[in-house]
Amino acid sequence: MAADPASMIDWGLLALDPPGWGGVLLAGLMSSIKIAIGGYSLGLVLGTGGAFGKLYGGPVTKDLLEIYTTVVRAVPELVLILLLYYAGTDLLNRLAASLGYGTVDISGLAAGIFVIGVVQGAYATEVMRGAILAVPPGQIEAARAFGMSPLLALRRVTLPAMLPHALPGLSNLWLITTKDTALLAVVGFSELTLVTRQAAGSTKAYMLFFCAAGVLYLALTLVSNLVIRLIEARARRGWAAR
Amino acid sequence: MPGIEGAAPMTERAEAIAVTNLHKRFGALEVLKGISLTAYEGDVIAIIGGSGSGKSTFLRCINMLEVPSEGSVAIRGEPIAMKQDGLGGLAPSDRRQVQRLRSRLGMVFQSFNLWQHMTIIQNVIEAPVHVLGVSKAEAVARGEALLRRVGLFEKRDAYPAFLSGGQQQRAAIARALAIQPHAMLFDEPTSALDPELVGEVLGVIGDLAKEKRTMLLVTHEMKFARNVANHIVFLAHGVIEEQGPPEQIFGAPKSERLKKFIHSSH
Ligand SMILES: Nc1ncnc2c1ncn2[C@@H]1O[C@H](COP(=O)(O)OP(=O)(O)OP(=O)(O)O)[C@@H](O)[C@H]1O
Ligand SMILES: [Mg+2]
Repeated sequence: MAADPASMIDWGLLALDPPGWGGVLLAGLMSSIKIAIGGYSLGLVLGTGGAFGKLYGGPVTKDLLEIYTTVVRAVPELVLILLLYYAGTDLLNRLAASLGYGTVDISGLAAGIFVIGVVQGAYATEVMRGAILAVPPGQIEAARAFGMSPLLALRRVTLPAMLPHALPGLSNLWLITTKDTALLAVVGFSELTLVTRQAAGSTKAYMLFFCAAGVLYLALTLVSNLVIRLIEARARRGWAAR
Repeated sequence: MPGIEGAAPMTERAEAIAVTNLHKRFGALEVLKGISLTAYEGDVIAIIGGSGSGKSTFLRCINMLEVPSEGSVAIRGEPIAMKQDGLGGLAPSDRRQVQRLRSRLGMVFQSFNLWQHMTIIQNVIEAPVHVLGVSKAEAVARGEALLRRVGLFEKRDAYPAFLSGGQQQRAAIARALAIQPHAMLFDEPTSALDPELVGEVLGVIGDLAKEKRTMLLVTHEMKFARNVANHIVFLAHGVIEEQGPPEQIFGAPKSERLKKFIHSSH
């Protein structure tokens, strides 16, 4: 009879302290979360600006934004990440050199956040644009009629009124962002996927470590879903049950 | 020349709203073709006319929600500064002035347009607090008094979507009153309501008319217009076809169009 399969798994490899790899994995997860939060926040800012630019900007702004969203959404993210990462750091270095700073050391975290942010910004632009269009025009018109400046109307009426329409799309984007961080493994950033590969490679316990990483990604998604549900309930408070 | 005289001042009353030679074109379509009308303090002016005659457009030109193609608008004697927009039309030249004047014109829309993400009291205090800079405590105290007045005090913390149309429109009237408006602009405030809810809203508006609040009221409720307004303006094909006191307009209409209109709206 075969041995109990559970006994074949060396759980000790997941211990937090070396020689266990648990601590390394958790550190990798933290890096992934940091990049995801940073990149997603940058994406939201770019997306908000992009959506308003596309809707209310001049013809040049509209065209530039159209190019941005089309290109980013057409090119595979992996290619974009390689491109933005290497071309971006190269460009920065040349810029620094020409200004007489020598080469600058670009932190992997900052570069990762920038790359993820630019990609997410394109998708967020489209989500937000759709959500703004879903706000009944009368809501914004009332804001104007009561003497609000465009900026005040944006802050007090348009943004909160569009939020319920944007949340499903934005939530989806967040979940995608958490997984997009894995793509940064290709540029050598020590996020969860990369450290998992290192752990698996040096112990040959591939099954164990990739399952562990899967569980961590799943846990991140489940926690995210809880938070998303709370935010949605709050944003939809003015909506009658239907 | 269409309608130059406006409502006759009874005593020495100040001009609340003065519109002079107002034109509005949407592309090739000229919706308003030279309208002049003065509302003095305390005037209740009802604007009647067929569908598409330009009533809403006229009202919206007063607070620049629509920008006139020609002509001028003055609020309490202060002309709204306009400039050529370079495309043969006009544009307000001072955005801040427009915002300041709007903040004292209480507009009530056909579809209420309450802000859906705010409770009723939040809707009422929004403009006083964020546009006029009134302290929150004071705005809430005044807002609650207004809600009590329109019979909605118990609904102060409800969201608009949970109210009936009549309740929403009364809340919208409270919101317009909260800015202590120089004049109120009503655009068919009861047209979106179920028939059984019309009365409660007209009741509130009628009370405001009795207080001699300056108001411009676009309405299809002829009986109501006759009862509360001191001046009736009949718009047809972009001009003031006829105007005068209600007894004259409804009792002894002169123009054929007005006769037909009054006849058909019974
Ligand atoms: N933004 C716009 N663009 C183009 N045409 C418009 C616009 N707004 C109004 N119109 C046109 O102007 C005309 C007058 O419209 P308006 O809404 O002022 O009429 P109204 O008298 O209020 O009618 P109703 O009783 O149906 O509300 C209509 O023919 C309408 O189609
Ligand atoms: Mg209308």
